[in-house]
Amino acid sequence: MLLNQFLLLAAVLFCIGVYGVLARRNGILVLMSIEIILNAVNINLVAFGAFRDNVAGEVFALFVIAVAAAEVGIGLAIVLLMYRNRRSIDFSEADLLKG
Amino acid sequence: MNVFAAAASDGDIYVAQNIFFGIIAATMIVAALRCVTTKNIVHAALWLVLVLGGAAAQFILLGSEFVAVTQILVYVGAIVVLFLFGIMLTRASWGDDENTAVEKRAMAIVVAVLLLVVMGGALIESFEDTRLVIDQPQRTATVSDSIFSQYIVAFEAVSVLLLAALIGAIVVARKD
Repeated sequence: MLLNQFLLLAAVLFCIGVYGVLARRNGILVLMSIEIILNAVNINLVAFGAFRDNVAGEVFALFVIAVAAAEVGIGLAIVLLMYRNRRSIDFSEADLLKG
Repeated sequence: MNVFAAAASDGDIYVAQNIFFGIIAATMIVAALRCVTTKNIVHAALWLVLVLGGAAAQFILLGSEFVAVTQILVYVGAIVVLFLFGIMLTRASWGDDENTAVEKRAMAIVVAVLLLVVMGGALIESFEDTRLVIDQPQRTATVSDSIFSQYIVAFEAVSVLLLAALIGAIVVARKD
């Protein structure tokens, strides 16, 4: 196996996630795209950990998983609050702070 | 691309791993593309399950069983269920998401492709055909020893972060 096959897979997934964040308007779908991005990062961390035979890669992949769980909890709470106030979770309508 | 040609002629020991890597990687990429393009939001959540499960399979190929099991438990077990509850609680989102302006989507495609070209070029340039040798799986005992000695501060910080996120989510979503 090559190191690069894992890194290129992670790069492709990262770019798909970036496309999702930029093109989607539904708040929940944006959060799902962020999950894809975080997973790509995890693949990178574990691949480099295996490459260098170092346990730090796995440890930080676990930390990223925990942070992703916290992020989804807060993100969904915000989306829920937005739905309750505006009956819509369209992020392009959330422009109250726009100058 | 010479990377994949080199991966195919990688000697005799990793043939099965390479075949499985190819199958899983293709599944993950198709599922991720469907997840960010499908109109039905529930289907998007189910495609996301496929991406996350594929990542767990890649972790097993890399010899990191503990991360793979945690991935299944936390992502497929908790986060996707959280997403499904979020979809159920916001009924407006059941419909489709498809009145996005065409130019916005075109710009997103341009950004993603440019990013892929830059990152792919840099990766191929710097790690051309570096071999990845996995002679044995990473033992869970090593991981836990490392977490509870060297990275204990980071571990405690993550614990506090999770607690803060829990309380924060309750405070934000509470009705009163």
